[in-house]
Amino acid sequence: MNVVLDIRRFNPEDDRGTFNQTYDVEVDSTDRVLDALMSIKRGEDRTLTFRKSCAHGICGSDAMLINGKERLACKTLIQEVAEADGDTIHLEPLRHLAVERDLIVRQISFFKKFESVRPFLIPKPREEAGEYLQTREERSEFDDATKCILCQSCVSSCPVPDKNPGFIGPASIVQAARFVFDSRDAGFEERLAVLDHPDGVWACENHFECTRVCPRGIKITKLINLTKRKIQHYRKERGEQTKESGVTT
Amino acid sequence: MTHEFDAVIVGAGGAGLYAALEASKKARTAVISKVYPTRSHTGAAQGGIGAALGNVEEDHPEWHAFDTVKGGDYLTDQDAAIILAEDAVRAVYDLENRGLPFSRTDEGKIAQRRFGGHTRNFGEGAVHRSCYAADRTGHMILQTLYQQCIKNEVRFFNEYQVLDIVLEGNRCAGVVSVELSTGELHVFRSKAVLFATGGFGRMFKVTSNAHANTGDGPAVLARAGVPLEDMEFFQFHPTGIYGMGILITEGVRGEGGILKNRNGDRFMEEYAPTLLDLAPRDMVSRAIMNEISAGRGIRGDCKIDDYVYLDATALGRETVESRLPDIADFCKTYLNVDPADKAMPVQPTAHYAMGGIPTDIDGRVETDLVTYEGLYAAGECACVSVHGANRLGTNSLVDLVVFGRRAGMHIADYVSRADIPPLADGFDDKILRQLDALKGGGAGPSLGELFHNMQDTMMRNVGVYRRESAMKQAVSDIRKLRQVALGLKLRDSNRKFNNELLEIVEVRNLLDLALITAESALNRTESRGAHSREDYPERDDGRWLKHTLAALDHDSVSVTFKNVDLSRWEPKPRVY
Repeated sequence: MNVVLDIRRFNPEDDRGTFNQTYDVEVDSTDRVLDALMSIKRGEDRTLTFRKSCAHGICGSDAMLINGKERLACKTLIQEVAEADGDTIHLEPLRHLAVERDLIVRQISFFKKFESVRPFLIPKPREEAGEYLQTREERSEFDDATKCILCQSCVSSCPVPDKNPGFIGPASIVQAARFVFDSRDAGFEERLAVLDHPDGVWACENHFECTRVCPRGIKITKLINLTKRKIQHYRKERGEQTKESGVTT
Repeated sequence: MTHEFDAVIVGAGGAGLYAALEASKKARTAVISKVYPTRSHTGAAQGGIGAALGNVEEDHPEWHAFDTVKGGDYLTDQDAAIILAEDAVRAVYDLENRGLPFSRTDEGKIAQRRFGGHTRNFGEGAVHRSCYAADRTGHMILQTLYQQCIKNEVRFFNEYQVLDIVLEGNRCAGVVSVELSTGELHVFRSKAVLFATGGFGRMFKVTSNAHANTGDGPAVLARAGVPLEDMEFFQFHPTGIYGMGILITEGVRGEGGILKNRNGDRFMEEYAPTLLDLAPRDMVSRAIMNEISAGRGIRGDCKIDDYVYLDATALGRETVESRLPDIADFCKTYLNVDPADKAMPVQPTAHYAMGGIPTDIDGRVETDLVTYEGLYAAGECACVSVHGANRLGTNSLVDLVVFGRRAGMHIADYVSRADIPPLADGFDDKILRQLDALKGGGAGPSLGELFHNMQDTMMRNVGVYRRESAMKQAVSDIRKLRQVALGLKLRDSNRKFNNELLEIVEVRNLLDLALITAESALNRTESRGAHSREDYPERDDGRWLKHTLAALDHDSVSVTFKNVDLSRWEPKPRVY
C-alpha cells in the first residue's frame, strides 16, 4: 500500500524554521513506521534525521509523536496508524524536549534529571557472600519499574512540565521507585531531597497520560502514587510534614 | 578538538561499561559511544547469563567450560573457556550485588533455567545454568552497569562515531571520532584504547541485530592492518521472528517450547536425540534448513525463506507471562500471535559473530606475531576465542562481563606505567581526505541499494549452508559493492546531526567485514560449528583445527593461521 508521511522538520543550519514535509512511501501494512522512515532516509531524502537502533522496541531511541501520540516508530505497525491506501501518518518530535534537528530531541536535561534520583543500588550492608536473598514477592514489588527503557515518551505526554518545567518527570520517578521498592536497597533517605520536593513526586497531578503512552506498559502513575505514599508514611512516622510546597498531607 | 585521557573505551554496551568501571577506578577514562549507553544492543539479550551457581541442581564451572569447548566444535581456546566459566560465577554475584534484579527461586536465590548445549556431567542431559531476569536479562545487565557508571561518575561522550584509529607502528596512540551533534572532529589521545563496539549482523538481510551493529571497531582495525580472527564463523540463531529476524530467546525452549514442522512433528528428535530442542544453535538452525529444503517447512515450497513453528502453548499462560513477557509482547505486536495460544512462526536469523579482533585473555589485541601495545578489544567485536566455531546461548553475556572486566583491569595497570604516545605529523591525513571526498559532487549511488545488495548476497551465499560457487559469488558481489561505495557522496551538506555521514561510514564498515567474512569462509574447506559447507560436509581436524587470521589489504584478503589451545580436552565427534 501507499501512505503519506507528514513529517515535522527543523534544521538549525538553515532559516526555514519549523515546517512540515510530506513523502509518499510504498509500504506493507505490517511494516514498522521505522521501516518507512528508513526507506525515505536511504532513498528519496538523505537529509531526513531521526534516531534508531534496535528496531524492536527495547532500546528506546525512536520515540516520537505518531498521529499526535507518543509511540516508538519501531513498535508501531503501519496498519495501526493508517487504515487505507493513501492515508497520512503525522510524525513530530517529542514534546517538552528541545528539538535538535527534525525528529531528534536533546537528551541532556532528561538524563540530568534521571541522574538526580541516584538511580543505582545503594546496598544494605551485609556479611554473607554470594547473592542477596530476595523472595519472589519482594522481587515483584519493583518488577514493573525495571522495564523502563528511558525512551522519554512519558515525559513528552505529561501535561505538568507546561507549567512546571522543573518537574523531574515520570521516568525519573519510575527509576527511583525501581530502587525504593527493592528489598536490597538502603537509599530511600538519600533520594528524599529530590523526591519529596515540589518538583519531585508532588508535581504529579495524576493525569495518567504517562501510563497511557508507555510503550513498555509500565503503570507509571501507580508507581508515582506508591512512592508518594511511602514518603507520607515515612514523614508521618517521624512527625514531619512532606515538602509538598506548603500543602499539609 | 583534541582530548587527552589515560584510557578511551569505544562502545558503551556490557563489555565497554564493565571495562570503564574497572579502568576508571585508577585511570582518567573516557567512554565514547555512537548511541546513548542504554541504547546499546546488550539490552536486547534475553534468556540469561550462564554460570554454574548450582542454585537449582548440581553444577560445576568445569562442566560449563567443557560445554563451551564442545559447543565451539573444539575451536575454542580451552584455558580461556576455563577462565570464562570460573569467572562467570563471580561476575553473576557481582552483578546481583550491584543491583541486577534476577528472577528468584523458591529459596530467594538467583533463578536458573535450561539453555542450548549446557549440560550436566559432560553431556548427560540439559542443566539449569542460565541465570535470568525474566526474558530481559541483557536489558537488566546494561541498565545495572550504566547505573554503576553514573554512581562512579564515568565520563561519557555520547553520540560520537569512531572514524579511525591512530597507530604508530604497533602502538595505539588514540582514535579519531566525529561528534554527531556538531559534526566536529574530535581526536582522543590516549595511553590505551579498548574497542567494545559489538556485532555486525547488519551485513545480513535477516538479523536480530540493531541498526547500530555495523562492526565499526573491527572494520577500523582491519583497515589499519590488524588481521581479524575466525570471521567465517557467524551464528544464525534458529528462532528469529519470521520475516523480521527479531530474536525469540532460546529460553522459550529452555522452558519447554518445541520446534515443529508442517506435519506437526517434533523434528529435533531426528537430529539431537539427547538434547532435542536444546541442542546448540548451529545444529538447530541446520535442522530447520534441512526440514525446509525437504519440503517440511510450513509453506512447504523448499525456499530458504520458509519457516517452522516454535510451539510454547504447552507452557501455560502463567509461565509465558511471568517468564517470557517480552517475547509475548513482541509476538503480539509484530505477528498478532499470542504465544500462550498459538505457535510462533520462526526462521534462522543472523545473530552473533564468533570471530573478530584477536585478543588474549586480558583483552590485549594480538596475533601470533604481534602484540599491539595499548590496544584492547572485548565483547562481541573481540575473539578471545571462547566461542570457537559456535557460541553457546548465554555465553555472550558471560563473555562481555568477564573479559570486559579483565580488559578494564589490565588497562588500569598498563596506563599507570605508560605515557601518551605523541601524534605523528599527518596522522589524520587519510581520514580527512576520505571525508573531503564525500563532499559536493553529483548524486552518487543509492544507500538503500547498497545496503540491500550487500545483505541479500550475504544472506543467500554465506548463510547457514555454504558452498564454493555461492561464496565466490558473494566475494565478487561484495568487491563490486565496495567499489560502488567509494562513489558515495553526501547529499546532506549540514554539519549538525548529519547521520547520512553515519550511514555511509556504517555501510562501508559492513562491506569491509563482509568481504573478510566471505573470503574466510571460502578459504576453510571443512564444516565446523556454524560454518557448514555442502561441498565439505565433515569436520577435518587434521587440516583445519586452527584459527583463521584474515588481513584486509585494499581489495584482497590474505589468510594465515593460529594454533588452538587444546590443553584440556581431546577433540571428539560432536553429538548431542
